[in-house]
Amino acid sequence: MKIDSLESLRQWREKLPPVESKKLTLYACAGTSCLSSDSDLLIERLRERIKAEPLEAEVELVRTGCVRFCGLGPVLLLEPEGVAYGKVTLKDVDEIVDEHLKRGNIVERLLYEDPEAGLVKSTQEMGFYKKQKRIALKNCGRIDPWRIEHYIKQDGYEALGIALSEMTSQEVVEIIKQSGLRGRGGGGFPTGRKWEFTLQESSDEKYIICNADEGDPGAFMDRSIIEGDPHTLIEAMAIGAYATGANQGYIYIRAEYATSIEPLRAALDDAREHGFLGKDLFGSGFDFDIEIKLGAGAFVCGEETALIHSMEGQRGEPTTKPPFPSQRGFRGKPSTVNNVETFANIPQILLNGPEWFASVGTEGSKGTKVFALAGNVKNIGLVEVPMGITFNEIVYEIGGGPSGKEPVKAVQIGGPSGGVITKEHFDTPIDYDSLDAIGAMMGSGGLIVMDETSDMVEIAKFYLDFTQDESCGKCTPCRVGTKRMYEILDRLTEMEGVPEDLQRLRMLGENIQLASLCGLGQSAPNPVLSTLDAFPDEYMAYAYRTKRTAYAIDADLCIGCTKCKRVCPVDCIEGEVRETHIIDEAACTACGACYSVCPKDAIIRP
Amino acid sequence: MKKDVLDITDLDETRLVELDNYIDKITGDPEEELIHVLHFAQQQFGYLPHNLQRYVAKRLDLPSATVNGVVTFYSLFSEEPRGKYTISVCMGTACFVKGADKVLERILELTGSEKGKMSEDGLFTVEDVRCIGACGLAPVLTINEKVYGNVGVEDVDDIIRQYKRSGRRED
Amino acid sequence: MKLIDKMITCSVNDIDVNVEKGSTILEAAQKAGVNIPTLCHLNLHELDAVNQSANCRVCVIEDEGSGRVLPACSQEVSEGMRIQTDSLKAVMARRTSLELLLSNHPRDCLTCVKNLDCELQNLSHEMNIKEIHYRGEKMNHPIDESSQAIIKDPNKCIMCRRCITMCNEVQTVGVLSPLERGFDVVAGTAFHLPLDQTSCTYCGQCVSVCPTAALAEIDATSAVWKALNDERKHTIVQVAPAVRVALGEEFGYDPGEISTGKVVSALKRLGFDTVFDTNFGADLTIVEEAKELSERIESGGTLPMLTSCCPAWVQFIEHQFPELLDVPSSCKSPQSMVGAMAKSYYAEQSGLSPADIEMVSIMPCVAKKSEAAREELSEEGYANVDQVLTTRELARMIKEAAIDFRSLPDKPFDRLLGESTGAAAIFGTTGGVIEATTRTAYEMLTGKEIGEVNFKDLRGIEGVREATIDLGERTLRVGIAHELGNARRLLEDIRDGKSDFDAIEIMACPGGCIGGGGQPYHHGDVSTLRRRAEALYRIDKDMPIRKSHENPLVKEAYEAYLGKPGSERAHRLLHTSYSAKERI
Ligand SMILES: Cc1cc2nc3c(=O)[nH]c(=O)nc-3n(C[C@H](O)[C@H](O)[C@H](O)COP(=O)(O)O)c2cc1C
Ligand code: SF4
Ligand code: SF4
Ligand code: SF4
Ligand code: SF4
Ligand code: SF4
Ligand code: SF4
Ligand code: SF4
Ligand code: SF4
Ligand code: FES
Ligand code: FES
Ligand code: FES
Repeated sequence: MKIDSLESLRQWREKLPPVESKKLTLYACAGTSCLSSDSDLLIERLRERIKAEPLEAEVELVRTGCVRFCGLGPVLLLEPEGVAYGKVTLKDVDEIVDEHLKRGNIVERLLYEDPEAGLVKSTQEMGFYKKQKRIALKNCGRIDPWRIEHYIKQDGYEALGIALSEMTSQEVVEIIKQSGLRGRGGGGFPTGRKWEFTLQESSDEKYIICNADEGDPGAFMDRSIIEGDPHTLIEAMAIGAYATGANQGYIYIRAEYATSIEPLRAALDDAREHGFLGKDLFGSGFDFDIEIKLGAGAFVCGEETALIHSMEGQRGEPTTKPPFPSQRGFRGKPSTVNNVETFANIPQILLNGPEWFASVGTEGSKGTKVFALAGNVKNIGLVEVPMGITFNEIVYEIGGGPSGKEPVKAVQIGGPSGGVITKEHFDTPIDYDSLDAIGAMMGSGGLIVMDETSDMVEIAKFYLDFTQDESCGKCTPCRVGTKRMYEILDRLTEMEGVPEDLQRLRMLGENIQLASLCGLGQSAPNPVLSTLDAFPDEYMAYAYRTKRTAYAIDADLCIGCTKCKRVCPVDCIEGEVRETHIIDEAACTACGACYSVCPKDAIIRP
Repeated sequence: MKKDVLDITDLDETRLVELDNYIDKITGDPEEELIHVLHFAQQQFGYLPHNLQRYVAKRLDLPSATVNGVVTFYSLFSEEPRGKYTISVCMGTACFVKGADKVLERILELTGSEKGKMSEDGLFTVEDVRCIGACGLAPVLTINEKVYGNVGVEDVDDIIRQYKRSGRRED
Repeated sequence: MKLIDKMITCSVNDIDVNVEKGSTILEAAQKAGVNIPTLCHLNLHELDAVNQSANCRVCVIEDEGSGRVLPACSQEVSEGMRIQTDSLKAVMARRTSLELLLSNHPRDCLTCVKNLDCELQNLSHEMNIKEIHYRGEKMNHPIDESSQAIIKDPNKCIMCRRCITMCNEVQTVGVLSPLERGFDVVAGTAFHLPLDQTSCTYCGQCVSVCPTAALAEIDATSAVWKALNDERKHTIVQVAPAVRVALGEEFGYDPGEISTGKVVSALKRLGFDTVFDTNFGADLTIVEEAKELSERIESGGTLPMLTSCCPAWVQFIEHQFPELLDVPSSCKSPQSMVGAMAKSYYAEQSGLSPADIEMVSIMPCVAKKSEAAREELSEEGYANVDQVLTTRELARMIKEAAIDFRSLPDKPFDRLLGESTGAAAIFGTTGGVIEATTRTAYEMLTGKEIGEVNFKDLRGIEGVREATIDLGERTLRVGIAHELGNARRLLEDIRDGKSDFDAIEIMACPGGCIGGGGQPYHHGDVSTLRRRAEALYRIDKDMPIRKSHENPLVKEAYEAYLGKPGSERAHRLLHTSYSAKERI
């Protein structure tokens, strides 16, 4: 069926049943995290059982994208009760079907246990979900991304229809400008203004490009949107194309996301089949289509000029701006580059109005931001929160506090381009300007919680290893400078450093920030400089070579349970049952395995 | 040496035909499609030996240096043959803070290989990768398609032993 | 648009300047008389060769308004911009970039071929680098000496990418590309192949723009010293047209200073037994080439005919257009003709065996080194030319021998192969060969004496030029291209049957041989090339004889030895053949 007018879209939507039309709706997460713990087998099994019972009349099984609580994967959500089951295995299927689906009894052992509230029966009571607000992730985990009908029923393609039938390009741009939406890819540039730039360029051809490179290690927001709600992205790109005067769109996606590409392609085909892509959309005379371009493993290709070169089949090396892509982009033509999450906000803004969007968030930062919460925190997953929320709220309320026995030490925001936020700043509201004020940045949404076991110099070295490895190698400060910074850090952690190294790190870092060609180099020193500021003692311990590197055992606490001895991968723990154990410090590789198993907290970290 | 680079006789004929078909279907500017063509070629041949890169260059009418420049830029392209099992240890931040570096170290030790280089028995290529989006299960590693989550150093021995055994059995 | 709209006011170190909209900070600074160091940046304006990759970051300045540090070479000025080139921030950032480059550099200036002629070394001096604060791993690549022409030492590469721009955009050969990523990035060949296994033309344009010694000519001075000191060898040397207007630069003369007599003198002092003139060979080439052209025209042979005296260009067509090998003239280059004649005609006359002769040539060119090594260019196992020195190498030998070049007396070339015409002189500049050929072909084809010998239409610096010459009953359409990228365009036309030229001159180097890869470095100053070209036209103008076929020694050679132009012997000694090669 081809939709050729807003009217016919609405008629179709009218006829569709709601997603939750049956007595029970069982949302089964097929997001990447859950898939990697075999949620697809689980879904298959559930489907079979539901069919065999038969329960099809009462239970709707929806294979969804990420339901956000990835740390609990595989996750099942049951509506209308709002029950969430986590870490579900194949073995649990029968019990869920027999007890819950057939008899309505909740399987308590699969429920999430809140640190404070105990067993949680409904997602509404979960700290994890409480403070969240869904705009970009509105449909994520709530529809089957493979079924365009689900999307349509959730007002899908309505915004595009309205834009094409009732608005001029300039009007669309105005709305986005009024909403205050800023780019979610890291730079935070006002989206409406960016669109206006491209709209104002005169050219025979223009392009709209979705940046789905998502290179930050530890981030998976964009991937979840693409997998869980691909039509939102398609619709938003079509709106963006109309607003900027483009007729062709591209989604540049990292090839590592092989499992996201498949549903995306399917969604594109579906959209084309229904007339949401192709010629004469909504009978408006506007043509638009989208092609997928694959990356091939280079973080720097997330930078927009590099991305464009990569799309052109070249090495993904950034070039100086200006010219900006909106002036001279893909194939030398005006091009708009936006991030996936940025796009995901667009249809909602058009549907609900810019004032609605602007009412969420803070003065300078409107709307929500999606973070990938991970690290040493209890609740790991995707969180979408209104701008202005504090780190405290995210770490302790949504994240449920530290995952282990150690307290939280700091949060790393913004991935390799970001810096660490120490506890003294945990009450800072998360918005572009407040972060800027404390010398941090929003980044694209990686949020890693680190507890007291984290060695900040090692963390900084880890990020430098990443950036120097991912540097395109074009400009001197980044190509040689990040390498030299890494080498200094390496010497420090190998206990071969000297006190002057700290001064040298700072000098070098500051000059790399100043002189590098693109954002990668300009931000690469951030993790080092921010930890150097916040944790000078840790650096000094290395520089003055006073740092201990081996674990040790507190003889007063050790009960001789032998647990540590059994896990040590290098067999450097000696001791008999019920006798005090001893670590051979020279052989210890500081892997920490013993530390986490000791029931008596007898192991002393270096 | 010159002959080596030009000589494509050791490239599998039928796969080469597949590659030709793929290239013949390109409608737009072939230069723009270089990365896609290389992905396809690597899929077909497992890696991108020099003569294959040359072949692609010739077919797309590009200098070989340009093609080689692109191949060596992107980390997903490999110029070296790969082991039967590719073990990718996630070194994303979430995995790193949970000790993925130790896991990697142990795996390299057990497989007796160097990062990115095929092990001598031809069984393994061990590499580190950036976040694979399964941070909830950190530390994460994949062996070919299979994902292993929550892998501690202490779990590695078992996993590797298992693959060594099945690898040998199949030979 | 009013002029005023196109102008921007900004200030550099508090000096106000007005510049055109779109100007870079560097251009504004130049206008304000402020020097900003650059390294990767290269702009050979008229020659359409620009490397603006903004990667070295030694040109950074501070924008006072935003406090940002920006690259002067590529950043455009904006209205009211206040540029500080000497703020602490700018200086520190600049120094850091340079120190980082040096931290990854061998720093063996003392024994480096670029010593005292190196942009990196120079900058280090200018920026008063006394300590390099950073240390660590350095690049470690094998040195490529595989070719006869170019030595490539990637460990001295600073990744400025000038060579890549020259090879890909100007020459469209595409042998060089950035390889790898991050710290490991290097300007290299496909699969790190040795140069002699690639389609490198040895044009040497990468060498002529490389700011360091990462690319240089293969040194032949030791081999030449050895021959000079070998009692049994009769050493003959020949000097190409473009050398005599450039060598002086190495001894403090201005570009375009003609030092023919001093060059001969110096060569004698170095100990060469005989000093011949490549210009003689050029005259000979013209006669043979004009003969071939008239024959092709009269007998309906392949047209256009392309000149073949530039070996880089010959390599280019062999690799890139193997299907067009019947279009270049079969004439050898002047260098090889002189070599062939020296080892036959001259040898016979002076009772020498070719085995006793060591033929050395002084060339503005790197490719001539590889030309000399071509198997086709030998007679009975004796290469036409044994050793080729670039202009720069000759200068080094003169300095090594502590010869005071400036006070040398002028000396004439030796007889037999030592006299030349004005036509030969202009061989060294773009358009010169075809102009010289035209002077002779005109008379051959029409049987009439030519009135005006100056073909002004053929002169100039545009990449591709064309002209028609009235031959009475027909016109001769000639085309000229310099730089191989321009040549490619003409060749594509020929391949596609769209070319209606009768004759085309192609020179690989910008401006022709005056801009050759073996010449004293121009360091980005194109006026150097212009002045060398002017000097060649001056030599032509001042010559009593200006048409090659009127060269008395050429006439004598035909009468005494070769017979007629195009004779069987002339063909054996003075013509060659080409073979198709792989494009890599
Ligand atoms: C090194 C580097 C990596 C980047 N990676 C990404 C990325 O993975 N995804 C993304 O959307 N933007 C990334 N960006 C930002 C983009 O350059 C660009 O600003 C963004 O895609 C614009 O979209 P937005 O305005 O919607 O945020 C990166 C920037 C830099 C400097
Ligand atoms: S800053 Fe780094 S990534 Fe960016 S251009 Fe320079 S070398 Fe490449
Ligand atoms: S930290 Fe690791 S290596 Fe050291 S004693 Fe504990 S288990 Fe053994
Ligand atoms: S695990 Fe703890 S209590 Fe048990 S033996 Fe080791 S140190 Fe002692
Ligand atoms: S290239 Fe320049 S800086 Fe490097 S060693 Fe040679 S002269 Fe010195
Ligand atoms: S410049 Fe310095 S290092 Fe070089 S030769 Fe002179 S004294 Fe020695
Ligand atoms: S000599 Fe000429 S063809 Fe060879 S690499 Fe240099 S620029 Fe390219
Ligand atoms: S070889 Fe020379 S010209 Fe080429 S990038 Fe290196 S330093 Fe620059
Ligand atoms: S133009 Fe002259 S200098 Fe340049 S390669 Fe040709 S012959 Fe040599
Ligand atoms: S992938 Fe299942 S909850 Fe995120
Ligand atoms: S950091 Fe390892 S999967 Fe994300
Ligand atoms: S000269 Fe400007 S960056 Fe190199």
